[in-house]
Amino acid sequence: MPLAVVLILLVVGSLIFHVVSPWTFTPLASNWAMIDFTIDITFWVTGAVFVAVNLFMAYCIIKFRHKKDARATYEPENKKLETWLTVMTAVGVAAMLTPGLFVWANFVNVPEDAHEVEAVGQQWHWSYRYPGEDGKFGEVDAERISVDNPFGMDPDDPNGQDDVLVKHPEARIPIDRPVKFLLRSKDVLHDFAIAQFRVKMDLVPGMETFLWLTPNKLGRFEVLCEELCGMAHHTMRGAVIVAEQDDFDAWLDAQPTYAEINAIPAGNATVGAAQYTVCAACHGAQGAGLAALNAPKIAGQSAWYLRTQLNNYKSGARGAHPEDTFGKQMAPMAATLVDDAAINNVIAHIQTLPDNPSPATIEGDVDNGARLYRVCAYCHGGQGQGVQALNAPRAAGMTDWYLARQLENFQDGIRGAHPMDFYGFQMGLMANVLHSEQDIKDIVAYINTL
Amino acid sequence: MGYVAIADRDHEVEHHDPQTFITKYIWSQDHKVIAIQYGLTAIFVGLIALGLSAMMRLQLGFPDSFSFINPENYYQFVTMHGMIMVIYLLTALFLGGFGNYLIPLMVGSRDMVFPFLNMLSYWVYLVSVIILLISFFVPGGSTGAGWTLYPPQAILPGTPGVEWGILLMLASLGVFIIAFTMGGLNYVTTVLQARCRGMTLMRMPLSVWGIFIATILGLLAFPALLVSAIMMLLDKTMATSFFMPAISSMGVDPGHTGGSPILFQHLFWFFGHPEVYIVALPAFGIVSDLLSTHARKNIFGYRMMVWAIIAIGGLSFVVWAHHMYVSGMNPYFGFFFATTTLIIAVPTALKVYNWVFTLWEGNIHLRVPMLFAIGFVFTFIHGGLTGLFLGNVTIDLPLSDTYFVVAHFHMVMGVSPVLVVFGAIYHWWPKITGRMYSEKLGKWHFWMTFLGTYSIYLPMHYLGFAGVPRRYFAMGNTDFMPASAQDLNAFITMAALFVAVTQILFFVNVIWSLRKGPKADPNPWDATTLEWQTPDTPPKHGNWGHELPECHRWAYDYSVPGYKDDFIPQNVPAEDAPVGRQHGVEEH
Repeated sequence: MPLAVVLILLVVGSLIFHVVSPWTFTPLASNWAMIDFTIDITFWVTGAVFVAVNLFMAYCIIKFRHKKDARATYEPENKKLETWLTVMTAVGVAAMLTPGLFVWANFVNVPEDAHEVEAVGQQWHWSYRYPGEDGKFGEVDAERISVDNPFGMDPDDPNGQDDVLVKHPEARIPIDRPVKFLLRSKDVLHDFAIAQFRVKMDLVPGMETFLWLTPNKLGRFEVLCEELCGMAHHTMRGAVIVAEQDDFDAWLDAQPTYAEINAIPAGNATVGAAQYTVCAACHGAQGAGLAALNAPKIAGQSAWYLRTQLNNYKSGARGAHPEDTFGKQMAPMAATLVDDAAINNVIAHIQTLPDNPSPATIEGDVDNGARLYRVCAYCHGGQGQGVQALNAPRAAGMTDWYLARQLENFQDGIRGAHPMDFYGFQMGLMANVLHSEQDIKDIVAYINTL
Repeated sequence: MGYVAIADRDHEVEHHDPQTFITKYIWSQDHKVIAIQYGLTAIFVGLIALGLSAMMRLQLGFPDSFSFINPENYYQFVTMHGMIMVIYLLTALFLGGFGNYLIPLMVGSRDMVFPFLNMLSYWVYLVSVIILLISFFVPGGSTGAGWTLYPPQAILPGTPGVEWGILLMLASLGVFIIAFTMGGLNYVTTVLQARCRGMTLMRMPLSVWGIFIATILGLLAFPALLVSAIMMLLDKTMATSFFMPAISSMGVDPGHTGGSPILFQHLFWFFGHPEVYIVALPAFGIVSDLLSTHARKNIFGYRMMVWAIIAIGGLSFVVWAHHMYVSGMNPYFGFFFATTTLIIAVPTALKVYNWVFTLWEGNIHLRVPMLFAIGFVFTFIHGGLTGLFLGNVTIDLPLSDTYFVVAHFHMVMGVSPVLVVFGAIYHWWPKITGRMYSEKLGKWHFWMTFLGTYSIYLPMHYLGFAGVPRRYFAMGNTDFMPASAQDLNAFITMAALFVAVTQILFFVNVIWSLRKGPKADPNPWDATTLEWQTPDTPPKHGNWGHELPECHRWAYDYSVPGYKDDFIPQNVPAEDAPVGRQHGVEEH
């Protein structure tokens, strides 16, 4: 008897939970209302079966529970009933399958007027490519991928010269225009998923996959990787901004093409030396850093990382948080570098400075630090040398008090919380692996030994 | 198909009678001892996997609160939990455990037809378990590639355990498949060749049917896993490119070219989907017998139940790519696989209807095994219905790779079979040990497990609707997810820990029963099937004393009109009691 009551309560409770649950589909932001419609049909059909069969079972348990001297009836089969149930089930299944296949036919046939955007996945970042003015993508090849050619572009393909390369994880698309996302992976399986758009698809190295949709709401939508792609899978985030056509066009114009990127002159260390005098006030003439002024060592840090951070300071992705006291000091300094050429020049000068390991100022349990560092090593390398392909900067031989402060900033959301600081966001998730101040000291002490 | 006399020769009784403790309990060739060895080993590794799931739930419910959990070992927990539960617990327990124990007893045979091979099967299985457990302790730890072990990431840096863990995982799977093949050939041959006189195929209890068809599925499906494991081993150790295209891994070219990651997925799921039914079909069969026995009523629609098992088994080989709708395979496959997948719902639904109609006009004894059986029907209905969402290719687009999938397959393939496992253990415990268990503790165990698991998995579906992806170590802040999703995760974790802890009730019951449990009646449930009619309880080696049983009726003569008892055992001759149902007799 309690069993029957519990079954009834579970049926009723499940229905109530379904109705009142605040955890349900995010508001739709694409043309795929038909998917939601198919889901609704399925809810009705399966819900009816769930209620009917379970209530019938509960009824049987109440009605036919063991009583003294009771005896079951003997009925091996009932052809008529079984046939009737088979037919009813088949009808219910057809009611769900038919709209499902109809919508799928829509999904596999991309509208001819869809414009194309390529989303590229790698461990653990997104980047994008637009076909440029000619509307044609240039040839790419995984074997040509390098830190200088992260998209694997064919330098001799004329179609690729005007391809627009977006090397950070935020893309834009215009509203109300069908878009076909071409999906390509450099290394392992990934999955391009945006909850509000409803559709998703895996990225498979060695081939190109696709999905299409028509965005119909303005806004910023998060891209999640939804196919396990290694230790930092959960940090592989991006975003797609749906904008008005004009805004989109303006944004796209501002992004560099492949040809423009190749045309950026290499930094000039001599010119950069003059600009560096501003930096030298805090970071020192040799770039060795000055603890008293809270300026870290920059000599020996990779050029690509310095460039990213200077740009972040300039754009406000870093150094804008109210509690980021020292970052706020750096932001106006970075602003004095007016363009990419200026940034490249000053970085070229920094590259010429002597790279002497910073003295250790933090002590801790090196063994515990080594244990904790296992996770860090995936991106920053076993020797803390940094890996450009993963956008992970060098940590070994740099200023240890600065490392400790940045780890705290990442944990506290002072750094990495800005929506455009994707790599900082990743580091924020990872920094949470350290559970105490002591952990931070230990790991920094270990990095000092590398 | 008649019986074959291999097992009913008189000298068979003493043929391999054990002489010493070692031959009786360690190097035993008795199917019942081997079954218990399989069962204990499987439950032991299952407890490890349960512990791993507790670690995962701690992180998900209370992110970054425990210093012993980090993203690296989290993915190792995820992987090993899944692999152990599916292969080393459920497959081994249902086929190696229940298959071994029940097949010879239920078909009236003295043992499996190849007892030595049967013994070897267990010991090779144990080797596979040991290799698996060693992988926790090698440098780099066990693999963290997810239980599906998808290449390329499974064998590339960036995935935990790429040094040794993945090698040991693949090796362990290979050894397990060898063990399974030895056992599986045995089960199939025993069912086909060693049934007692009168035990036609259409008189076999559904437990045997479920295990029999599941074993055939295993024999056909596991080779696909074996070849993919070997191919991946070659990709990893010999730099071949079966599954590896040209890539740039963390800025390094590992030197592969031309392989296809999707080929692995096809091979894996060609095994992986039948694997679902390798676990489910024995559960279907066993639960049919539990419901029938404790409702004192014949299973409703026996022939349809048999054909449904066969149909589901057959269809399970043409639905595999429904795991791959968003894998990037040719999207036109979606039409075919969605159709086959939803067709499989028809025979499955019929089984559910027939279970429920077995209760109709029954005389239902709500003993512990029956509680678990009915609990199974409830959770299986839930899990089966959510399968209709995921199988319908369109709906899979938003739900694939979210917690909806996790909730679905745990409901249908975790909770449901485990409820059957417990129901079956309680049901056959008196026969296996000769002792009764505590009904009271058993009922508590049922209620905690049933309500606890439903509290875990019902809400988990809704995280999936909201778009929470599976296999995420941490969500961090997102714009689209309500903050309360974290509260729900905390609740789910509490429920999961509760369920894990309450399993102690089961072990307390086991220990109490073995030490102080009252002696069991040979047939405490008044069941009809042959295992309850053995001369000794627990049955001795050779099962039947000097004379093999003879089968005179189907397995479900409960409450036959005109007969005093409400059950007629299968070995009662037609002269002594009315035969309720004539099917299959004509072959005799």
